[in-house]
Amino acid sequence: MDLDFSYLTAIIFLPIVGMIVIALLRDPQPKTIRLTALAFTLASFALSIAVFCLFDRSGGAVGQMQFEEKLSWIPAINAFYHLGVDGLSLPMVVLMTFLGVLTVLVSWKIELRLREYFIWLLLLETSILGVFCSLDLILFFLFWELELIPMYFLISIWGSGRKEYAANKYLIYTLVGSAMMLAGILSIYFITGSLSMMELAGLALAAPAIPLTAMFFLLLTGFAIKLPVFPLHTWLPDAHTNAPTAVSVILAGALLKMGGYGMIRLCVTIFPEVALRYAPLLVVLAVVGVLYGAAVTLRQKDLKRLIAYSSVSHMGYVLLGIFALNQISVTGATLQMFSHGIITGLLFAMVGLVYDKTHERNLDNLGGLARQMPVIVVVFSIAGLASLCLPGTSGFAAEFIIFIGSFSSVAVSGMQVYTLLGVLGIVLTAGYILWMLQQVFYGEPLEKFDGVPDADSIEKVCIFSFVGAIMLVGLYPAVLTDVIRLGVEPIIGLVGL
Amino acid sequence: MIVSELHLLTPELSLLGFALAVILLDLFIKQKKVLAGVSIAGLLVSAGCTLALWGTPTADVFYGMLSVDRFALFFKFLFLAVAVLVILASQDYVSKFERFQGEYYALVLISAVGMMLLTAAADLIAVYVALELSSISLYILASFLKDQKSTEAGLKYLLLGAVASAVLLYGMALVFGLTGHTCLICIADVVQGMTITGLLGSPALLMGIILLVAGFGFKIACVPFQMWVPDVYEGAPTPITAYLSVASKAAGFAIILRVFFVAFGAPEWLSLGWGMLLAILSAVTMTVGNVVAIVQSNIKRMLGYSSIAQAGYLMVGLATVGMAVGADEVGQSGLLFFLMCYSVTNLGAFIAIIAISNKINSDEIDDYTGMGKRAPLLALALTFCLVSLTGLPPTAGLIAKIYIFSGAVSHGLLWLVIIAVINSCISAFYYFRVVKVMWLGAPASEEKVPSSTALRTALSLCCLFVLLLGVVPGSFVGIAEAAARIFGS
Repeated sequence: MDLDFSYLTAIIFLPIVGMIVIALLRDPQPKTIRLTALAFTLASFALSIAVFCLFDRSGGAVGQMQFEEKLSWIPAINAFYHLGVDGLSLPMVVLMTFLGVLTVLVSWKIELRLREYFIWLLLLETSILGVFCSLDLILFFLFWELELIPMYFLISIWGSGRKEYAANKYLIYTLVGSAMMLAGILSIYFITGSLSMMELAGLALAAPAIPLTAMFFLLLTGFAIKLPVFPLHTWLPDAHTNAPTAVSVILAGALLKMGGYGMIRLCVTIFPEVALRYAPLLVVLAVVGVLYGAAVTLRQKDLKRLIAYSSVSHMGYVLLGIFALNQISVTGATLQMFSHGIITGLLFAMVGLVYDKTHERNLDNLGGLARQMPVIVVVFSIAGLASLCLPGTSGFAAEFIIFIGSFSSVAVSGMQVYTLLGVLGIVLTAGYILWMLQQVFYGEPLEKFDGVPDADSIEKVCIFSFVGAIMLVGLYPAVLTDVIRLGVEPIIGLVGL
Repeated sequence: MIVSELHLLTPELSLLGFALAVILLDLFIKQKKVLAGVSIAGLLVSAGCTLALWGTPTADVFYGMLSVDRFALFFKFLFLAVAVLVILASQDYVSKFERFQGEYYALVLISAVGMMLLTAAADLIAVYVALELSSISLYILASFLKDQKSTEAGLKYLLLGAVASAVLLYGMALVFGLTGHTCLICIADVVQGMTITGLLGSPALLMGIILLVAGFGFKIACVPFQMWVPDVYEGAPTPITAYLSVASKAAGFAIILRVFFVAFGAPEWLSLGWGMLLAILSAVTMTVGNVVAIVQSNIKRMLGYSSIAQAGYLMVGLATVGMAVGADEVGQSGLLFFLMCYSVTNLGAFIAIIAISNKINSDEIDDYTGMGKRAPLLALALTFCLVSLTGLPPTAGLIAKIYIFSGAVSHGLLWLVIIAVINSCISAFYYFRVVKVMWLGAPASEEKVPSSTALRTALSLCCLFVLLLGVVPGSFVGIAEAAARIFGS
């Protein structure tokens, strides 16, 4: 496709431009800073929607990268500035730019070191977008690591509770993962001399100097920490609980998806045979993650920690979908990543709202808020129901597709049993979501919360946008699955089942 | 013809001339800042001469004593650039001295001359003389403050340095005794024909090689020859610490690379042998450096251990060279590129520290609390350099690691790379501790920390290059490759 305008470069770097503008403003008013951040994230979002509309959905586009840009970058190691999107990455790009706008709205009331805050937030957005658009392994890695620094500062300065501990834990965990990933990427480069994700698809080598299995697991470790896969998930509750609301939204909404995206894009695409061989192991880990995550969630007293653990459980479905390794299940997994991004993003935004108004996150001390905050209770309930797979919401569409796919999968023997065990997770989800809603909103109204305000207009814009997205994908999933299919088909073709 | 070869030595000769001029001017000039200006002018002239020679073909001068090739020119330019930044960073520091300001600048220049000659040395005698020229200047500089710590640093450095020189000289004597030559290429001719049993049959030669490793190991501060680093780094004037940690280390790597590649590059079993030895030393060095750095409370000591760890990463490049002799030059070019990135990053970090400690008169990490509020730009620059030392984007540190490690993986050192990347994670722990203290802590006082124009210029230059090397490294890698190409077979 020959396009004169570099859409992807613009989408990725608009937030950075916004960041520089904010850094250079002389004695800006807080409002100016917020509006600048909003303007640049909106521009990036608008462009990503444009790309989504212009995206070629015809049959000829299967497996084609679109909106490609390729420039020489480090000739010595054959690294390129190579961007492009296909059906797999496009939904993630749209998700991130969408969340980018909403997180600025979520952060509207931040007052502490406002300028720095938005600088880090915009840098974070750029790095995540870069990960989803890169087609060169080194470029991918660069963006992947870039995300660490803003996250570290956002959690440790604007967080709450044991924020420095959480930030350090996050940093070290992620660094270990990316260290393994770098070793994996360098091995791939050594074996093939190429860093292009396109050229590397379906790597088939007879007796390479470094076993393919080793490379597969080096890469997988990095992604598994990010997703997170049980038992590498322990950084997540700490990071989520102590991060500021907007960062929790991005973390749950887009950052975790880098893990799932990486697994499909690199682990499965480059090493389809190894992926098939070790699918049973990963499927078991997925089911354990789903059930363990849900069981632990049931025991949580802290509202934010509860949502955080529910992410562990929901990401288990993504892993299940990916390593069931068929067209439907991987499509479902990708849709689940998108859907979880907006549902959990909304849940964290709602928790943030409740906490802002009541200064309380402990379930034991909350109750009866339905009378005091009618709008919040409705939206929170919608988010909760979407999370427990109510038909008509995106959660249902995504998880249902995963189950259909994995039930019929032939990649792992006994897949039906694993699928059924996974479905059990939904029952547990219903348990903790309904119990949480009941604890927070129902029962006798508490006197101490009398006069607590409901959502104001900016907050309403923000949360209703989330609800709109959840409903849109829930009622008409084809809007995304049509696109995702184009990206997944060639990858599953490589697995060759 | 020696006279006709003199133009090939214009960088060294002109710099030496300027160094002498600085000492003489010191006698007549009251306004001592002029001396810094003259020194920088000298360095720039010398750098200009170096650039002019880049195009000339490789030449051996003074009957094979020195070799003027792109490898040497690359390092000469690096030293000159580092010296410029060190002198810019020294101005405030030196203006506090009552006496000997001229000598300070002159010694910096003379040690630079020594290092420049060292990288060009193609004969063991030239290696030794150049090494001593640079080292003796540095011994004096380390004790320049003349307070208790600085004197201790100077004395320690002198004593241990003298031992290392003796060891080196002993090694050279053994190698000369067993091969009959001091010129590197002639030694190579003798060694080339040896078999593994032949070498084991003459333990004295083996001993000689091991003593050479020990002597040079002192210079690059690899384990187990790193003991002097923390005390000397802590006690020496900070600009000199920066100089030691960057230029002196780079010179050490340059000469190890040349001696081992040229003299002991063949036969293959020998190069594989020292390659593996260096790989093991590298793993130990980076681990010791990183682990011990975690518990340091003085920032100069911490950066001292960090520079030991960085030497470990650099040795990955050396080990690759040993593994890849005759195959390709990825090890050499990786090493050169890493040195470029490490130099600007480490200098940047030290310059920021100089600026901050000028004001607060302390090198304790705890006293950096809240520096983000007191000196936002300095703290930002220091953070940026620490991020680069950790190896995170968008900085030089990440690209340097990717490049040097990719070479190592391609020559069967995946295990070493895995150790190295895990070490990078450990290093994040102590680098980010400083970052945390600066940005998260409440400042001890609201007083701002001012900095001079010279310091700010030096610091901005460093940060600019850290960013450039991290984002558009293409042409810099090209230069490193061009300089490494002389090692092609």
